[in-house]
Amino acid sequence: MLLTKKDFFGLRDMSAQDIRYILNTAETMKYILNQKNKKSPHLQGKSVIILFYEASARAKLAYELAAQHLSANVVDMTNSIHSIEKESLQDMGQLVDQMGADFIILRHPMAGAPRLLADCVNASVVNAGDGFNENPGQSLLDLLTIKEQKGGFEGLKVAIVGDLLHSRIAKSNIWGLTKMGADVCVSGPPTLLLPDIEKFGVKVYYDAREAVNNADVILTTRMRMETQDKSFLPSLDEYKRLFRVDDSLLRYAKRDTIVMHPGPIQRGIEISARVIDSKRCIINDQIANSVAVRMAILYILSQIGGGMQ
Amino acid sequence: MKTLLKNCRIVGCDYERDKRMDIYVADGVIEKIGENLTVEGVKTLDVGGHAVLPGLIDMHCNICDPGHEYLEDINTVSHSAIRGGFTTITCEPNTQPVIDNKTVVEYIVSKSKENSLVNIYPYGSMSIGCKGEIMAEIGEMHEAGIVGISDGDEFTDSAAFLRNVMKYSKMFDLPVITHCEDRGLSGVGVMNEGYTASCLGLSGMPREAEEIIVARNLILAEHSGARLHITHVSTKGSVQLIREAKKRGVTVTCDTSPHYFLLTEEAIGEYDALAKVNPPLRTREDAEAIIKGIADGTVDVIATGHSPTNLTDKHKEFDNAVYGISSLETTFALCYTHLVATGVISAEKLVEMMSKKPSEILRLYNKGCIAEGKDADLIVVDTKECYRIDPEHFASKAKFSPFAEQEVRGKVLYTMVSGKMLT
Repeated sequence: MLLTKKDFFGLRDMSAQDIRYILNTAETMKYILNQKNKKSPHLQGKSVIILFYEASARAKLAYELAAQHLSANVVDMTNSIHSIEKESLQDMGQLVDQMGADFIILRHPMAGAPRLLADCVNASVVNAGDGFNENPGQSLLDLLTIKEQKGGFEGLKVAIVGDLLHSRIAKSNIWGLTKMGADVCVSGPPTLLLPDIEKFGVKVYYDAREAVNNADVILTTRMRMETQDKSFLPSLDEYKRLFRVDDSLLRYAKRDTIVMHPGPIQRGIEISARVIDSKRCIINDQIANSVAVRMAILYILSQIGGGMQ
Repeated sequence: MKTLLKNCRIVGCDYERDKRMDIYVADGVIEKIGENLTVEGVKTLDVGGHAVLPGLIDMHCNICDPGHEYLEDINTVSHSAIRGGFTTITCEPNTQPVIDNKTVVEYIVSKSKENSLVNIYPYGSMSIGCKGEIMAEIGEMHEAGIVGISDGDEFTDSAAFLRNVMKYSKMFDLPVITHCEDRGLSGVGVMNEGYTASCLGLSGMPREAEEIIVARNLILAEHSGARLHITHVSTKGSVQLIREAKKRGVTVTCDTSPHYFLLTEEAIGEYDALAKVNPPLRTREDAEAIIKGIADGTVDVIATGHSPTNLTDKHKEFDNAVYGISSLETTFALCYTHLVATGVISAEKLVEMMSKKPSEILRLYNKGCIAEGKDADLIVVDTKECYRIDPEHFASKAKFSPFAEQEVRGKVLYTMVSGKMLT
């Protein structure tokens, strides 16, 4: 067993070996998903609690389905979010823990919250997104999709274009891709790049054309309107002119480049509608992989064993 | 009360090193200093050749009383001060109610007389409610006993307001003490901006937030001629700005605290809020620049920056955790260990930074020095004894420290305040 920790926080503290192991396991999980009866007994008798302090559609669905395919009992606590907020995270964690949870899938608006929770519970804590820190599940499904499409990571040129300040997925992807040996370039308005981003081992370009030059893979991020009020950008129109992935930008990339987006997508802003509808854009493959990756994470953690022993 | 201290190795105050002196204290005042003194019929204490220092004076201390006594009160803070070798502490005006009128000053002064074992001198807030809008009655507070006017660690947005405060303060010869932070720039930040914050996914407070206000306040002081004191300097750029201003002749002094030159942002590790302070811990480069500033005299004073809080409020999501550090009981030993024992500065220089200079800035003319006729505020220190910092046994209500478990050298054996031996 390569992974030894009971919790799953992010790609920052994982090795390339760990990541490879999860991706291989996810590939196995895809067999289950391709069966008529999508049920396997791996998590039979285990309880998975979905504790989301932030709204989410796809991540929650993916985790719920993953847990159910593996025969776990799943409880979604998102509905009781208003009562959750009054209680401290630790108290809520202990409550869930004492009721016999084996896994707590946590999404939280503050960086580091999964670690805080993990310190006071026996259950395995899975980070489903914490503040502007990481979203490792989403990142791993991106990696799985890239691996399937391109065969591997070594020497692969990946460009990440967009908002690299508020995107925890992009950050997880930077950790993951650089560890796997990919050559990562980032591009976005300087106001929307993480401070000291070059220290993450990526090349920074303000001109998107340079970043996607010869790229095998182009990852885009969500441009959130709610972060625009602090004057990071003059307008989305200007963003589109400079950074939108469209046919004219793709001319610089490799012929077989693939374009990805974590969703939800705003058609015509991050990626032009034409590109979204083209074969190059493989958002649907990403979605298809999202459940398999979460199944792999839950399965591997169940082998390590959290929860009430 | 009369006491004769025998066998004292007085540090600083122009005494010869390693000479054994006797100090005779009567009625709270140092009556006589000499070799082989004999006084009949008084309590005699042989301090065994240990170092005797003038009592330390803390220029930056949050007492939380009145208003937040559950965090710290005048009595606990005074016990904490004694342990740390401080015989005089100041009180930041950000109490509840704010120290912005003479009634609150009088309350603190009288409560300190009743409940405190050490001298407590309040700072007055420069504005009503520490809001930086309407000037507080500085003159009345001065009569009631404040020793400085401060922004209470709040950001003074208006340069025009601060300019007026600086001009007005000149009448009373009070230092104007400012916390330098542009809240617009520090925004939602919770730690130093940079690679570490980016790795952790936490929002950063850039150095500019501090340095812009340091520069602004220096310019205001230069034009107004007021006595500016910049508290808790944390960046390399701030040290440099102050160094240059001093060269130009600006009447400015500044302080820093041990965590700003002994710790870096890396102390946060995996979201450890015990290292969450404001201004935030910076980088090695900044820490080294501050040490250089200490060595070359740019930094005048080392203060504790004591800002008590409770552990429940620290054990939260890092964004939600409160700022604060319990440092009255660690500052002297940390400085002795990392500045004196390592040879960065002499013991005499440390005494100057922690006692003499503060007494000069705060115009406490009878303190900061061991000399005949001065207040009998002094401490006896075993400079050889090593021990581990153990926050659980702090006298302060805030029983935590990012320095926990670290080995330090220099233990305060006795603290004498106004001629009264306290430990």
